[in-house]
Amino acid sequence: MDLVEFQGKQLFGRNGVPVPPAGSVCHTVDEIAAAAEQHLGEGHGAVVVKAQVKTGGRGKAGGVKLATSVEEARAHAESIVGLDIKGHVVRVVYVEPASDIEEEYYLSVMHDRVGKGHLIICSREGGVDIEEVNRTNPEAGVKRTLTPHETVDGLSSDTARKIVTQAGFPAEVVASAADLLVRLFAAYQAEDATLAEINPLIRRPDDAVIALDAKVSLDGNAAFRHDGYAEWDLEGLDADDPLEAEARAKGIQYVKLDGTVGVLGNGAGLVMATLDVVAQSGGRAANFLDVGGGASADAMAESLALVLKDPAVKSVFINIFGGITRGEEVAAGIIEATNRLDEFPQKLVVRLDGTNAEEGRQMLLSANLAQVVAAETMQEAAAPAVALADQS
Amino acid sequence: MSIFIDENTKVVVQGIGSQGTFHAQRNQAYGTEVVAGVHPKKGGTPWEELGVPVFTTVAEAVEATGANTSMVMVPAPFTKAAILEAHAAGIATIVTITEGVPVHDMTEAYDTVVRRGGARLIGPNCPGLISPGKSNVGIIPADITMPGKVGLVSRSGPLTYQIMHELAQAGIGISTCVGIGGDPVIGTQFLDVIKAFAEDPDTEAIAFVGEIGGSEEQLAGEGIRDHIPDTPVVGYIAGFEAPEGKQMGHAGAIVKEGGPGGESAAEKKEILEGYGIAVAMNPSEAAQLMIQRLA
Repeated sequence: MDLVEFQGKQLFGRNGVPVPPAGSVCHTVDEIAAAAEQHLGEGHGAVVVKAQVKTGGRGKAGGVKLATSVEEARAHAESIVGLDIKGHVVRVVYVEPASDIEEEYYLSVMHDRVGKGHLIICSREGGVDIEEVNRTNPEAGVKRTLTPHETVDGLSSDTARKIVTQAGFPAEVVASAADLLVRLFAAYQAEDATLAEINPLIRRPDDAVIALDAKVSLDGNAAFRHDGYAEWDLEGLDADDPLEAEARAKGIQYVKLDGTVGVLGNGAGLVMATLDVVAQSGGRAANFLDVGGGASADAMAESLALVLKDPAVKSVFINIFGGITRGEEVAAGIIEATNRLDEFPQKLVVRLDGTNAEEGRQMLLSANLAQVVAAETMQEAAAPAVALADQS
Repeated sequence: MSIFIDENTKVVVQGIGSQGTFHAQRNQAYGTEVVAGVHPKKGGTPWEELGVPVFTTVAEAVEATGANTSMVMVPAPFTKAAILEAHAAGIATIVTITEGVPVHDMTEAYDTVVRRGGARLIGPNCPGLISPGKSNVGIIPADITMPGKVGLVSRSGPLTYQIMHELAQAGIGISTCVGIGGDPVIGTQFLDVIKAFAEDPDTEAIAFVGEIGGSEEQLAGEGIRDHIPDTPVVGYIAGFEAPEGKQMGHAGAIVKEGGPGGESAAEKKEILEGYGIAVAMNPSEAAQLMIQRLA
């Protein structure tokens, strides 16, 4: 789960990571102008109008602009609200008092999948694409993976100090940057983050070191110990595909794709393989949907209804290889869905194998559903699924 | 022979709710020696469905029954503690079926149990493993396969069953099939399994089924090139059609936008082919390639 900047700063703030003075979360041009007026009125010389989208490169795309007057802020607001940044439409804007910048650095803590630990990256060069810095000036940064055993009591001040010193931070800010790193690491651990990135980390003229930006990803699997992460659900924020949002609310693993063959199967790997087979048969999948292990008839029916809700879906490929998922439950779910839904024109190509597959096939045969086309194998199911999508 | 589990495997089950009981029964019916269940509040009572005792702790179960393998089926919030408990009790092979375990929990469990503890941890978020004719620990349907010479390793459940099934229809059996799991942090990597197969005299060919995300498949490919260049190996990477930046069901199955590269199915295929490994475009083709290699 990715947070937008202002949420990341909230998370930093409550964990003692220094951030700029609090700004305002806005949705409209008028709100932005009012927020600018308020913050300028508080004695701040300038405000920054910042698009809140879950993608990088906001600045380059014109999504981050400085304003010294309300009129200027309004003009920026007009160009930023509704702006499309790499497919992310700006619906939320953060207006923040501007900070004076003396220097810019880079600092992040992220989960290291390969090293199975916590990776700290610290660079004297910030505010730019860190991958670019890695390429052009690999000496500029320090990368260190720490194991859970090494950080059982958090990140030690000593280690933090060594990292920022080695990265070449100026002596005046070593202590405060190290302290910030200790707190950033604690935030990453306490909040079950998989990424906590500050780019840029800035040095102000008064030598204070603060997070000017915040990029945070949280682990969805840890939602149970963070009140479901409900605090980060904000309407209008990077609006997902509505079907994906509905699926998430129902606990269904669903990804919207851009083809016409609806896909439903059990197991993430098998469903991905189904998308591949559909493409190799000349079609394109409309979605990824994993009903999971041991799906009940009801879950099957619910999932099928979701796939059919997508107007792009012209046929559906149901691909089940049952382990703990039982054939008769799958069949019952298909029958239930056809009963529950209004009549639908799409054909369902059903391939059923594994546990109790024969029972399931017999049930479907007896139900004699007009929509169902039975197929023997995964390969043999793909061709008719694609052909049926093409015909309609 | 086989790897990781065989006729000497004695299983203690952590998590004896309806799911744990259902699968433990299936494992037992296959001939797996299930020796005990563990439940913090039901110690001292019999596990009726299995006909074995329940203990309060894994340590007590090990002491009383000589269990050497654990199957973890407790809910995700308790999985880290269950794995650490099994390890502390001296269990050598810990098979974790549970999905949805927080990545920080697994990173810690991996560090303690595998990196520092030297135990065999399989999973989480995996179907378990089967050495046909000997032992089945987890949720793999045993009746779709049979003993044989092909070692199978995969990140995914039903996709693995698909390939086992197609091989079985061609008369090809399995030495051991290991489902390593679909999470970013798993206890046993592709490469670990490949190395174990390389040392198993009865595994004569290897099929491995990867997916998008991470770089474990590439490491396995290097291992194959370096250690067993003459062993027939066939691979498949699921997710050629997966878009960037979208998690495809498994927590680990994501090609990161602006990520390190090498995470897409096409890139993995190319890298593996560079190591001389035949990589199929779909599971049926993988099975067919294996059938041809063994013909």
